[in-house]
Amino acid sequence: MKRIAPHFKADKLPLIILAIFLVLFSIGLSLDEPSRVLEQAWRICYSCIGIG
Amino acid sequence: MEFYRKWFQVLVLFITNSYWAFPFTKSIYQGPLKVICSPGLNCYSCPAAAMSCPIGAIQQMLLSVRVSWANGQTYLALYLVGALGILGSIFGRMICGWACPFGFLQDMLHKIPSRKFNIPRVLRFLKYAILGLTVFILPLTIVSEMGLGSPWFCKFICPAGTLEAGLPMLMLQPSLQGVVSTLFYSKLVILIAFIIWSIIASRPFCRTTCPLGAWYGLFKNAKMIKLVLDEDKCTKCNECHPVCPMGVKFNESPNDSECITCLRCMHEGCQFGAIQLQIGGIPVHSPDIRQTAKKPGQQINK
Repeated sequence: MKRIAPHFKADKLPLIILAIFLVLFSIGLSLDEPSRVLEQAWRICYSCIGIG
Repeated sequence: MEFYRKWFQVLVLFITNSYWAFPFTKSIYQGPLKVICSPGLNCYSCPAAAMSCPIGAIQQMLLSVRVSWANGQTYLALYLVGALGILGSIFGRMICGWACPFGFLQDMLHKIPSRKFNIPRVLRFLKYAILGLTVFILPLTIVSEMGLGSPWFCKFICPAGTLEAGLPMLMLQPSLQGVVSTLFYSKLVILIAFIIWSIIASRPFCRTTCPLGAWYGLFKNAKMIKLVLDEDKCTKCNECHPVCPMGVKFNESPNDSECITCLRCMHEGCQFGAIQLQIGGIPVHSPDIRQTAKKPGQQINK
């Protein structure tokens, strides 16, 4: 059922892209953006959902 | 595999919407889990939502960026873009196929027996315009005198928000029914249109409108988990075409940005083991010929 090919080439591009976004994510953390996300997420934005 | 995928979708639906105290509190969850972005499209104003919607959170962050900066807070939405980039570079649009509650709803609606139609391929490009304009550019640039923008996608388009938040909040707080505006009815029309369209065509919202799907689609060449075509084994029988819920012709464009890695082409389409699942370029699974070979007369549900 499972077949492992004898020759394969590890894909580096996803790792590079992943590293770039990890850096962005870390910068966001250092800027305390998660607390802003929480602030927003705790409120119901009525106009966003078409009410009010 | 479809059986496991369906159950995984159900599991994610319940994890992202795990706040079941809302009938008593009459409001939304306000706990610490909301700092986590749900991988799929799931409105965070939904009374049961335990996580944030990444698309909604990005718009909220960008629309208030001027006010934040004026107050000395340098918010750039990097936490959110970073989180979505991490998910995209690992899974790509596999999230649409396996972990999006609104994708799951469309899958279920499409099971309703009816005449089925294709979606013109050119409409796929619309979602990239929606992502760029309504999620990033318009919330940043069209602002009020106070410097605040609008969450354009949530406010004017998102049918998931109407279904998961607008309608439930009207039921939970009947006093809100008095302030329902034309905007709500226009969004209701959009929701109904997508429900009907999902019955007669497969995943129309994902294929034409979803900004989150567009974002993950950008990672088609840079995702770790992907399906790969072994051209030596491919007989070009085109059996992978009719099983794809996204209208991808896998043997013709194996790196298609619409591929949601649902694995149907691998398990239900290809009889020759020509489609392989790879993680980071390393093959991990390819069903053998005997396992995928269809019995005579076996039907494949599109």
